[in-house]
Amino acid sequence: MITTFAAALNAGLRSALEDDPKVVLMGEDIGRLGGVFRVTDTLQKDFGDRRVIDTPLAESGIVGTAFGMALRGYRPVCEIQFDGFVYPAFDQIVSQVAKIHYRTRGKVRAPLTIRIPFGGGIGSVEHHSESPEAYFAHTAGLRVVSPSNPADAYTMIRQAVALDDPVIFFEPKRRYWDKAEFDPAAAPELPLDRARVCVRGTDVTVVAYGGTVATALAAAKLGAEEGISLEVVDLRSLAPLDVDTIAESVDRTGRLVVVHEAQISGGLGAEIAARITERCFYRLEAPVRRVAGFDIPYPPAKLEKHHLPDPDRILAAVDRTLAA
Amino acid sequence: MPGTTEYPVQLIQPDGRRVHNPEYQALVADIGPEELRRLYEDLVVTRRIDTEAVALARQGQLGLWAPCQGQEAAQVGSARALRPDDYVFGSYRESAVAYCRGVDPSAMTAMWRGVSHSSGDPAAVNMANPAIVVGAQGLHATGYAYAAQLDGAEIATVAYFGDGATSQGDIAEALTFASSWGAPVVFFCQNNHWAISEPVHLQSATPIAHRAVGYGIPAIRVDGNDVLAVLAVTRQAAARARGGGGPSFVEAITYRMGPHTTADDPTRYRTAAETEEWARRDPILRMRLLLEREGLLDADVQRRVDERADEVAHRMRTETITMADPEPSELFDHVYATPHRVLDEQRRDYTAYLADDPACALATAAPAAREEGVRS
Repeated sequence: MITTFAAALNAGLRSALEDDPKVVLMGEDIGRLGGVFRVTDTLQKDFGDRRVIDTPLAESGIVGTAFGMALRGYRPVCEIQFDGFVYPAFDQIVSQVAKIHYRTRGKVRAPLTIRIPFGGGIGSVEHHSESPEAYFAHTAGLRVVSPSNPADAYTMIRQAVALDDPVIFFEPKRRYWDKAEFDPAAAPELPLDRARVCVRGTDVTVVAYGGTVATALAAAKLGAEEGISLEVVDLRSLAPLDVDTIAESVDRTGRLVVVHEAQISGGLGAEIAARITERCFYRLEAPVRRVAGFDIPYPPAKLEKHHLPDPDRILAAVDRTLAA
Repeated sequence: MPGTTEYPVQLIQPDGRRVHNPEYQALVADIGPEELRRLYEDLVVTRRIDTEAVALARQGQLGLWAPCQGQEAAQVGSARALRPDDYVFGSYRESAVAYCRGVDPSAMTAMWRGVSHSSGDPAAVNMANPAIVVGAQGLHATGYAYAAQLDGAEIATVAYFGDGATSQGDIAEALTFASSWGAPVVFFCQNNHWAISEPVHLQSATPIAHRAVGYGIPAIRVDGNDVLAVLAVTRQAAARARGGGGPSFVEAITYRMGPHTTADDPTRYRTAAETEEWARRDPILRMRLLLEREGLLDADVQRRVDERADEVAHRMRTETITMADPEPSELFDHVYATPHRVLDEQRRDYTAYLADDPACALATAAPAAREEGVRS
């Protein structure tokens, strides 16, 4: 079927609700409105307001009560309306949800999925375009994933909901309207924690995730026109990192550029650069380079084109890597 | 229930005399001589657990302990109002609640000794692990209560917290969610007057129970040092929850007689006169005076109670001081319920390091790189 990213998520959530009566969705405006991005459209109509639950406007409350429901055997899927609204829930996520399995020596599980539309590129106002993934990838006990396309969105949300560990599920909001064809009946191609090589190439490996995968693919296309062969790896899982897949790619290409929207310092790119330096030091032909957001709060919409990695910035980094 | 937020419910006066209160007496009409003695035993045993744990902390056997001395009646009275299938969430000071729920006292000390973060198996006693970030558990209880309601279970879920925690946003959010959802949760606030060094008036300009009223949640204040009154009001709130009546709020007015924890020095922030005044309202003294006044406490009963307290304390001490340190490999256990590639690698490397494996220094390098590294 051909569908948008948002509709693929909707289909994945529908399937999760059908498969397991203990799955409930919780969040602000997810019921009659179907969510501000319509990801939960029609689900409350079809599953009722006790499975698709509109909550008061309080993020700590959403995650904290979802955690309480999980303690009674439910599998809540929380929607945080926008990335910049997750911070009030931060304590519940990192102090409670992430730690309960460790704290109880495995006696209590918190199979929560916390969906967060993230990243920029939609011309929105403050607090609506942030990339907080490093905070969560830095937190033991959480898994952090981000699909980059409709097919993965459908598969990965179902895998996340079925997993017995808490998952932070970052949805690149500027890709909600991207369309693609996929077969919902097909078996998952990859486990939730595996990266994927999207495009094979020989000169430079480009690692991206979420919203920047499409940007990296565009760079690969432009690069090919200039005679540069890029291999694009879609990370998919930010925690744990699939270092093996990246390292195998770098073993082939000898060069690595990491792309993300989040600010560069202390970001996922730094972790990947360190891991690959440990693993592939003798294969690397050049220092690992990062193309990322600047170390600034997310800028006003009219400036975001400068802040967000674009194909030209990626290719400039590729050029410097090749020149090294 | 509404309208009882001004004058705390009391059934026993500090000198042991009964208070005539037909409404709340009726809720504890079944508490006869033997039940009164059993409540007294609970109070004495839980104080003994507390004093023994403080001693263990002073002797270096525990890193820390948060005493509940003075709050035994609030905890025992409320916990004994519950059924086994009710569910309890608390903070780190609920040792008397935990005892009443059946938590092994040595499971309580394990956390303070640093052997484990947990206090046993929550499912075995229907009591969640202690919340250290206070207030968080109010939301957990609300979610649990709502889930129980979805299940059709006729149970009460109780959130215990202190006056300090009521300043946390999570308690405010929990009241909002509980009210909005009609969740069958009992908010049980032990107003013990002090959040470490901060007096209750720094947390709230009004009686804490008034806040619940603003959320449309019926609230009641009770003399928290009166075990019978606490039993009565908690029975009322729990019955309301089980019967589909939604949330309620109990403010038990009590006093933390000891320090916040064994690392605290309360003489820096409160007067001896205040502590002495509350010592005269000691919940155990009050119960003993009642029993004596009604001819229910003879030497045999007192000896039986003391022996029980000694036995529990002795077992806690023995099990605590003989607790083995966890194995280093346990560092990596139970972070995730499912395999995790990064953690698996760290466990493997650290295990090799501890085994003094010469290859471990290069264990994080890929096999091919390792060969080159050895060659160079």
